[in-house]
Amino acid sequence: MPFILRRLAFYAVAAWVALTVNFFIPRAMPGNAVQSVMAKFTNLQPAAYKALQALLGGGKNPGSIWSQYVSYLDNIVHFNFGTDVSQYPASVSSLLVQTIPWTIILVGTATVIAFLVGTALGIVAGWRHGGALDRVLPGLMFLQAIPYFFFALILVELLAIKAHVFPTGQGYDNGLIPGWHGDFISSAIYHSLLPALTIVLTSIAGWMLQMRNVMITTIGEDYVIAAQAKGLPSRRVVYTYAARNALLPQLQGFGLAIGFVISGALVMEIVFSYPGIGLLLLNAVTSNDYPLMQAIFLVITFAVLIANVVVDMIVVLADPRARTREATA
Amino acid sequence: MTAVLPISAEPTALATEEARPGRWRRLPTKAKVGAVLLGLFILAGIIGPFVMPYDPSFQNPAPDLSLHAPYAAHLLGTTQSGQDVLSQMLEGIRLTLILAFLVGVVATVLSVIVGVTSAFLGGVWDEVLSLLTNVFLVIPALPLLIVLLGYLQDKGQAATILVLSFLSWPWGARVVRAQTLAIRNRDFIAAARETGEKTWRIITWEIVPNEVSLIAASFVNTVLYAIGASVALAFIGVTDLNSWSLGTVLYWAQSQQALQLGAWWWFVPPGLAVALIGTSLVLLNTGIDELGNPRLRDAASASKIAGRWLRPADPTPVLGEIGQRGRLGSFLHSFSRSSLLDETERSQAR
Repeated sequence: MPFILRRLAFYAVAAWVALTVNFFIPRAMPGNAVQSVMAKFTNLQPAAYKALQALLGGGKNPGSIWSQYVSYLDNIVHFNFGTDVSQYPASVSSLLVQTIPWTIILVGTATVIAFLVGTALGIVAGWRHGGALDRVLPGLMFLQAIPYFFFALILVELLAIKAHVFPTGQGYDNGLIPGWHGDFISSAIYHSLLPALTIVLTSIAGWMLQMRNVMITTIGEDYVIAAQAKGLPSRRVVYTYAARNALLPQLQGFGLAIGFVISGALVMEIVFSYPGIGLLLLNAVTSNDYPLMQAIFLVITFAVLIANVVVDMIVVLADPRARTREATA
Repeated sequence: MTAVLPISAEPTALATEEARPGRWRRLPTKAKVGAVLLGLFILAGIIGPFVMPYDPSFQNPAPDLSLHAPYAAHLLGTTQSGQDVLSQMLEGIRLTLILAFLVGVVATVLSVIVGVTSAFLGGVWDEVLSLLTNVFLVIPALPLLIVLLGYLQDKGQAATILVLSFLSWPWGARVVRAQTLAIRNRDFIAAARETGEKTWRIITWEIVPNEVSLIAASFVNTVLYAIGASVALAFIGVTDLNSWSLGTVLYWAQSQQALQLGAWWWFVPPGLAVALIGTSLVLLNTGIDELGNPRLRDAASASKIAGRWLRPADPTPVLGEIGQRGRLGSFLHSFSRSSLLDETERSQAR
């Protein structure tokens, strides 16, 4: 079985675990979630009550846990997360559809840019170990340790409130109607610059440090020394010999860290009142909107899993071992 | 308070085995700076309650004390409701550190248990545990934390500590397992087994002591993660908002529009504290890494010969047993991304 198929099987298991955990959380937690939601949002219709029971369990006649589980999975497969309780009667999926594109475009682009630039800087820093770039390492570690949302606060204070270079928040100018026309798109891009800058500046240091360390270890390998001894030009040694092999652990690290980066970016959205999933999650938390919270957890998990599949595909493209190896079991 | 004390002794515990004076001096500079910085914050956390000028929750009703910029009586200014930011900070540093260290301890214990068990049981059990570890590594923790804590909202800090601990063990478990696998087949373990030592004794007296620096690094990492996660959770508002942690200070600053009102003294100091504590932990961890991997060390440990920097080589690589897997075990293992790296390891071992 090719590597990529085996990885897909692994992600299927991970997705199933996430779905199952999500199913059992409201049932295992103390208190009756459905009752507390019904008590808080009095405008809910009986239909919403039934949908809530399917999602959160409880009620008078819940049926066996197995039948609840099957109908829960059935709902998820049909992208049916029930009706939202805090913005009744909007459906949870419609809220998700409104917000997902904002987050994916912003966080996706910024993360990829940060990864590429960070990796490139890491290659240089690893090769010129002990050079000028090493002297800024403590500064980079400081950048890396700053919570995304705090960095966002500082950038808003300096560049939006004090200097008026960027807007302070929101996804687009208030007067505009969202759609595919020039005004809206340019306004959306303008509003996304500062959030994107936040993600890039705070996460770039991590990628750079990681790549630098892998590069330093790789440069010590015999085949790199052999390449140098042969008299190959430095460029070739750095990029074709050292960096190419250092990329595999770096990509692995990318796959593992992507959930972390996305989580940080979600919290950051709150600072900018950016109309993405993060702000939706904040609203869900503040209004105890359990169905929405759980749907967002699933959506983020699946986004991370899909990102990991993409990373694995790049690994397959970049690493011949991943293509040739068959399962030896 | 006692819970946070052991960490200040950590740099000494991490140094080389001989109890000679001067081992502090042999630590990498980064580790020293990190330890001193962290020590300062721990000190602030310990003496904070005794030196803080006001009760952090006390709302001074005087109208001119609402959002007052820093001055002599309020060194870091006041909040919108006339609370003293410095007192909130001191209390916040203390609570955040205690919380993070407790999470670090619980999660590290869990990760050592899972990692060592996994490596020792071997075969299918090992692969099942590794699969579980990998699954929880790939599922993003923060949204799951938010959902879990959303249901446990009024349970206070204990819920945060427990839930954070139960979601932060996978990283540590992974490295501990790898290291245990490498150590397990060394001669001194075989010798201990031959002399009839029981397995639990071998684990507690032979294996774990040999992983101290690794476990310490994973502890520092977990604490770092716990600080970031708990501050982020508090900032969203999924925590006990009646107690003062650095995260709740930031939460109130954000929700009461400190930014829009231009009250930088309200959110900059607590945020900087989080960032500096984080930096100290990163520095400490890099220092520990450099202890274990000489190649990463500063140019100071290298010598310049004929215009090229040469560094001390790695310690002799340990030939770990990588290939010992049962049929089901290796089938399960082939699904992990790290199965790709095995090939490299094997070719190096040959």
